[in-house]
Amino acid sequence: MSYGLRSFLPKNDMINILLLAVLIMVIFPLSMDIFRLNLVGKYLSYAFVALGLALCWGYGGILSLGQGVFFGLGGYCMAMFLKLEASSPENTAIQSTPGIPDFMDWNQLTALPWFWEPFHSLGFTMIAIIAVPVIFAFIVSVAMFKRRVGGVYFAIITQAIAAILTILIIGQQGYTGGVNGITDLRTLNGWDIRTDEAKYVLYFLCCTLLIGSVLLAQFVRKSKLGRLLVAMRDKEDRVRFSGYDVSNFKIFIFCLAAALSALGGAMFTLQVGFMSPSFVGIVPSIEMVIFCAVGGRLSLLGAVYGTLLVNWTKTVFSESFPELWLFGLGALFIGVVLAFPNGLAGVYSTYIEPRLSKWFKDLRSMRPPMASSTADTRS
Amino acid sequence: MLSKTLSSKLKKTALALSAGLFLTPTISHADAVNTTGLAVTDDTVTVGILHSVTGTMAISETGSVQAEKLAIEQINAMGGVLGRKIEYIQEDGASDWPTFAEKSKKLLVNDKVAAVFGCWTSASRKAALPVFEQYNGMLYYPTFYEGLEQSPNVIYTGQEATQQILEGLDWAAQTKGAKKYYLLGSDYIWPRTSNKIARKHIENVLKQKVVGEEYYPLGHTQFNSVINKIKLKKPDVVFISVVGGSNVAFYKQLKAAGIDMTKEKPLFLTISVTEDEILGIGGENIEGIYASMKYFQSLPNENNKKFVEAFKAKWGKDIVIGDVTQAAYLGPWLWKAAVEKAGSFDVDKVREASPGIELTTAPEGYVKIHKNHHLWSKTRIGLAQPDGQYKVVYESDELIEPDPFPEGYQ
Amino acid sequence: MFAEYTASELTSIFAMQGFAGLILFSVFVLMALGLAIIFGQMGVINMAHGEFMILGAYITYLTSNVFSEYAQPLFGGYFFVAMLLAFIATFALGALVEWAMIRHLYKRPLDTLLATWGLSLILQQLYRTVFGPREVGVTLPDWLMGSYPLSDMIEIPINGIFVMCITLVISVGVYLWMYRSRWGGQVRAVVQNREMAGAVGINTEKVDRITFALGCGIAGVAGSAFTMVGSTGPTSGQLYIVDTFLVVVFGGASSLLGTIASAFTISQAQSTMEFFLSGSMAKVLTLLVVVGILMLRPQGLFALKIRH
Repeated sequence: MSYGLRSFLPKNDMINILLLAVLIMVIFPLSMDIFRLNLVGKYLSYAFVALGLALCWGYGGILSLGQGVFFGLGGYCMAMFLKLEASSPENTAIQSTPGIPDFMDWNQLTALPWFWEPFHSLGFTMIAIIAVPVIFAFIVSVAMFKRRVGGVYFAIITQAIAAILTILIIGQQGYTGGVNGITDLRTLNGWDIRTDEAKYVLYFLCCTLLIGSVLLAQFVRKSKLGRLLVAMRDKEDRVRFSGYDVSNFKIFIFCLAAALSALGGAMFTLQVGFMSPSFVGIVPSIEMVIFCAVGGRLSLLGAVYGTLLVNWTKTVFSESFPELWLFGLGALFIGVVLAFPNGLAGVYSTYIEPRLSKWFKDLRSMRPPMASSTADTRS
Repeated sequence: MLSKTLSSKLKKTALALSAGLFLTPTISHADAVNTTGLAVTDDTVTVGILHSVTGTMAISETGSVQAEKLAIEQINAMGGVLGRKIEYIQEDGASDWPTFAEKSKKLLVNDKVAAVFGCWTSASRKAALPVFEQYNGMLYYPTFYEGLEQSPNVIYTGQEATQQILEGLDWAAQTKGAKKYYLLGSDYIWPRTSNKIARKHIENVLKQKVVGEEYYPLGHTQFNSVINKIKLKKPDVVFISVVGGSNVAFYKQLKAAGIDMTKEKPLFLTISVTEDEILGIGGENIEGIYASMKYFQSLPNENNKKFVEAFKAKWGKDIVIGDVTQAAYLGPWLWKAAVEKAGSFDVDKVREASPGIELTTAPEGYVKIHKNHHLWSKTRIGLAQPDGQYKVVYESDELIEPDPFPEGYQ
Repeated sequence: MFAEYTASELTSIFAMQGFAGLILFSVFVLMALGLAIIFGQMGVINMAHGEFMILGAYITYLTSNVFSEYAQPLFGGYFFVAMLLAFIATFALGALVEWAMIRHLYKRPLDTLLATWGLSLILQQLYRTVFGPREVGVTLPDWLMGSYPLSDMIEIPINGIFVMCITLVISVGVYLWMYRSRWGGQVRAVVQNREMAGAVGINTEKVDRITFALGCGIAGVAGSAFTMVGSTGPTSGQLYIVDTFLVVVFGGASSLLGTIASAFTISQAQSTMEFFLSGSMAKVLTLLVVVGILMLRPQGLFALKIRH
């Protein structure tokens, strides 16, 4: 047991994950007011997507430019439930058809569409948040990976799917809320999600889920599957000739990434209070890729830090120098790709970590022999 | 921080003392006009401006920012509001709807602004609205929009759909004898709602015919197919609510397809092209279309002449002023009037005072706040000139009542 | 649905609609040709393609201003000068970008996608800073506006004809350059086997640079031509990206003929559907069909039989 744990969570990784947990669950809440913390919560919901991208892009070599689709599907599932709850017949008494969401009423719908009906149930919604995007990801990836579509083609096709879904959502506004999205969400099973206390609770829920997702991703990475993925990314044919069905692994990892994105989308809806097509399209999808790239595509934690860093910079820049923001972001893209292909995590492991460990070693050698021997036995 | 609370306590004591001693209420004192802790001092009051300065919407929202700043400057020059200079905090919505919600919250909760002038697209307003309702802020929203909304926390200074549309259609039917209509728009909520209202009006009130209704995705640039359909259906009026870059493509292709808009066969009536949009389309490409809205830069009245002059003096002589820019300019003035009527900056009191507020100095002429928080205003029809301006050819006789939930049009 | 129209009306409408499809086809070819060269021949994904087009459009805008200011009598001919300048400017910028950025990334094609996306953001902001956030209006010479009436119903837009001619000229030019010139031979040699090409004395770096710059240059000319039909603003370029990539991928990336065939198929499908459906649904359906076909036939319409 202890061997199993150690093998998928080596000491270093465990410490790093703990550090992240302390940072987001202790330091941030203590040092920020609820307004800033809510912002961080929003960033962290993007981190789910970046985490999924680290798995499927960094380890699997599958670059998807359509992760916004899954983020959006997850978010919309959550939003549909919340909207139905906010549109109780009492709240919507002034409408010509009470009990349906306000935007449907404006679009002359007189009954709830069939695919909205199941979202009255919280249980179904919970399942749907993961299941809908995963099924969709499964269909897309089976069609593509079984025919050995990969690399650039996959990227462009996922991008086109993001475009299609955006146009569809905007065009079918009677069913989806159109370009305004689904807004004015209030309660979750009677619990008001707009209060400060609720924001705290949701923030910690988001953190817990994120750490859980990191552990899950870590497990996948260290498992045989993870090693196969890396092998596939680097020499797909060899893995195939060794008798593995490459496409199944790809499908699995893509679906996992989709599920993580969807979870992020649902957390986003809960914390921000609405969902709109502007998080589904091409631009947000590519931005999510850059979060992952800045953090380091080969590092799970890097993806989280990258997301935090880019979004934080964006907020700071757009508050102080709105005109410069795009220059900065563009330069960041180019700089990271050209100079630091492995992102922050790469910088850390090449430059900082060796020095840190040397420093620790020096520190240790300076200690009296007693202390050093305890340290040895501990490890 | 400590000294601030201390000084405010001292002030309170001083106020109580003075009131107790002389029994003369000093109304202008900060605490008396502000019982809810807004950012009001003895000589300043802080408001927020919240528009997109970056991103795709920056194109449209820049004019609104300029107008609001001009209005605030002019109000300050006249002595401010209740003797206090207006200071503003400007935030960037970055064309991103959650950012609008965040920044609204920042303005209301952290900065405690007395009012916010901002938002442009419906999506940004919808995102920010729950924040304004939760923290009881006041938003002055400038854009003409689809209606179907009436919040106690918003004053809508632009026209809602029926005000803009019905008068235009009546005019086309009466003066131009239009019988067949073709509805065309970008694919999102405002054009769809507008066309829905237009269709009901055409079919049920005017008893005429709609021969086509068509939507294209935002940003679409190829309109040859729809131009062919228009040629085939031969409508008398093409009613257009296409927005953004699509406009440029549509009118250029229309002209290239041999349709001379000045011949009015068919007649093109838009509710979405202001003077701002014509800059990008080019006056020569759009000459001869009609627009139905409440304000044109060329309106021949004294208020407007002064406004245009001041606007150009501040922002450059080549600048053009569209409908929304003027509506944004009304925001600070309407707020000032309501605050002075209420004698307080408190949001609840300002809200109570707002219905019935009149503005005789508005560039568009006289406006008045309805109890549904929209404005009574006139609707004008403008004919596009090659120099990029509209010539006003018609003006409604009366102020048109705003009706955000129009009976029979839903 | 056709019952209410006379036969002659229908004929002319089908003629007009066919013509609309042809214009769309030319637009697609112009958009995609530069990208097809860069993507197909070099494997580089240039997400800033739209921004290169808009650079061409802005150059046209500047040229038109200069002509109307200083050389009014020659205004009718400014468009040709503008297109030439647009080509030169985008070609130069393309060469610069290749030198500064792309050449470091040939081994990592997916990364070119990210880096060029970054470039596109920078260019967008640059346009916004220089030309302002609003769209600019490009004044066209009179002879380009208007139409030529064939019959009562059928009118041929002159700028449509003009776009078609440019497309034809550029396509033929690219064909000659790729398949009939020494340069083209070198490019194809490098695509097929970089090491061997280098070994027989081809300067592969130079070939890469010129190829990339040429792709960008064609984008510039396309952008210049699009001022006749579309809008010119800082973010207008983004509108073209999805369509352009789909055309290239659908055609089979490494085949220029494929690109043209796919542009034809997609444009005809879209313009036919636009006539029977609402514009939005036509767009969604077209994209769906293309994506669907690509899923069934990932190599595109025309694929070279080469081993990967």
